Amino acid sequence: MSPAHHTRPKKAPGTPKPTKTAANKAATSQRSSKTEIPAAGRGTVHRMDLLEAMLRIRRFEERCVELYSAATIRGFVHLYIGEEAVAVGVCEALTPEDAVVSTYREHGHALARGIPAEAVMAEMYGRTTGCSGGRGGSMHLFDASRRFYGGNAIVAGGLPLAAGLALADRMRERTNVTCCFFGDGAFAEGEFHETANLAALWKLPVLLVCENNLYAMGTALERHEAQTDLAMRAASYGMVAWAVDGMDVEAVEQAARRAVEGIRAGTGPHFLELRTYRFRAHSMYDPDRYRDKAEIEQWKDRDPISLLTDRMRANGELDDEDVARIEQRITTEIDHAVEAAEQAPEEPVENLLHHVTSSPAEGAS
Amino acid sequence: MGGDGTHEAKTTYREAIREALREALRSDDRVFLMGEDVGRYGGCFGVSLGLLEEFGPERVRDTPLSESGFVGAGIGAALAGMRPIVEIMTVNFSLLALDQILNNAATLLHMSGGQLPVPLVIRMTTGAGRQLAAQHSHSLEGWYAHIPGIRVLAPATLEDARHMLAPALADPDPVLIFEHGSLYNVSGELLPPAAPVDLDHAAIRRRGTDISLITYGGSLPKALAAADELAAEGISAEVIDLRTLRPLDDAAITASVARTHRAVVIDEAWRTGSLAAEVSARIAEGSFYELDAPVERVCSAEVPMPYARRLEEAALPQTADIVAAAHRAVD
Repeated sequence: MSPAHHTRPKKAPGTPKPTKTAANKAATSQRSSKTEIPAAGRGTVHRMDLLEAMLRIRRFEERCVELYSAATIRGFVHLYIGEEAVAVGVCEALTPEDAVVSTYREHGHALARGIPAEAVMAEMYGRTTGCSGGRGGSMHLFDASRRFYGGNAIVAGGLPLAAGLALADRMRERTNVTCCFFGDGAFAEGEFHETANLAALWKLPVLLVCENNLYAMGTALERHEAQTDLAMRAASYGMVAWAVDGMDVEAVEQAARRAVEGIRAGTGPHFLELRTYRFRAHSMYDPDRYRDKAEIEQWKDRDPISLLTDRMRANGELDDEDVARIEQRITTEIDHAVEAAEQAPEEPVENLLHHVTSSPAEGAS
Repeated sequence: MGGDGTHEAKTTYREAIREALREALRSDDRVFLMGEDVGRYGGCFGVSLGLLEEFGPERVRDTPLSESGFVGAGIGAALAGMRPIVEIMTVNFSLLALDQILNNAATLLHMSGGQLPVPLVIRMTTGAGRQLAAQHSHSLEGWYAHIPGIRVLAPATLEDARHMLAPALADPDPVLIFEHGSLYNVSGELLPPAAPVDLDHAAIRRRGTDISLITYGGSLPKALAAADELAAEGISAEVIDLRTLRPLDDAAITASVARTHRAVVIDEAWRTGSLAAEVSARIAEGSFYELDAPVERVCSAEVPMPYARRLEEAALPQTADIVAAAHRAVD
């Protein structure tokens, strides 16, 4: 895959394209001979759910822009706009028992995982009712009850953690999968390569999800990677690896389901390179001087939400009334989340040293 | 020690740690040991020799040379209900895993608003004295003691080597155990502990009235030898073994200085920004009016640890340096 291919949106391939390696061939043949591909994406109801999940993220992020601009929420805020199909498609393939490890661009992952918008918004307000009690903020959302092990703001820092979560599941003979999201920038970090090797060596039940949005903050993929075919590089560790259209939620879901099925069947880690694009700057802080506006516009032609709605409209599965109804539901939900966050109590300063250690007594050493 | 022949059961520091590991692996099936060469090789310092044969490769797990990867995997496994013991060959190598130790192990509980405790034990070798030069010999435990959210232990005796691991595993938070490389061959009779070994208190290894020698880890034998020499001169030195470097046992330090009114802090790390600096500052803050002399420090020379024996010895705190510092404080 040439860099030129990467910077231009492609037509949806529909099905994941395995890269041509021995490992992939083995997985492909195993799949075609035995495994029934789940009926992901079939059925209007299911597509409607996917649409609503993506729209919820989009509208949530748009509200974050307003709140950040009004200086109501602070810190670094990394928006997921444009990448919604990745979180929604992948999380659709997971069960509640599976684990998720995320990055600092994680609002989408958290919402797709089922963390209520109210808890995520309250976290950004720094309130007690936030999903990290106001200690984490936008980059560090956690929900132990949903096995959501948080936003890691160190690029690739969550990968070793994911291997360990998976190792524990394996040692306890649980069939859970641990899904780890990270960006293309992680390929330049040692922790990615250490984890890819460890996971493949120990055949750990890990789904490695690379959100290739073509930029490591402001540095384009071809400016930070000598070899830009990320799926091929992952496959070199001896794991199944596919490059998939990350703008097509149904393609993402289908690939993720197939990967998760393979992992549960004991074939070890699987890697997905999901080719996507962020429509907004790296963070609310970023003037976005390093990208061509035309490139952004070109990718917006393949907006994951329009892609799905166009398909559904063409199928006669969606009309304006449906869209209005979904939008209304989401607006109400987000309004409620903002209202609840505004009214939520702030963590008392007396609690500053709580949760440094598990012992309630210890503050300083 | 066992001179009458009825107590021939001598134990080394290395064997005491091995026995602690064996006990932990036997008594809790969530416990597993993981690190470079802990299995088939038997541990790079021979600590885990025989454990692979006894517990199998799932629970005595050889890892690739990926410090960040396997320390992070230990954290993840701890989050998912296991009680991993991760071995890192030396403290110098642990710098490759510093991201995981600081940004995840020490931080996740707080950052998650209390949802994610990390019950992980990390063991590693520290210190000099074996001519291993500048990438195997440093004493960086003081850096780790800087970090809120982790407990830092430095067993200096056979008893602590044998009995600190169980309470460390019972701790819901990350515990780092620093084993001084020069102690592995120290042997003696391991007596059952008089009281349960706790992780909160310093120990008085020798009672005295004239001066407090405050130290930990590999410097403890040197401080005890200095106390012997001082005793021969009629100076009664108290020797405090900090044992736990974070959280520090302030009360023990304060009480000792209140008895002796003089203190020498011995720390094999570099002096600048060291744990010795922290202890000295705490004495200045909490015991200023008790002091009859300035606090003395005996630390390593500010140089990467050299290979040549004479140079290495010159770089390290030695018994004679401790005696000289005590003289400065007492005279």
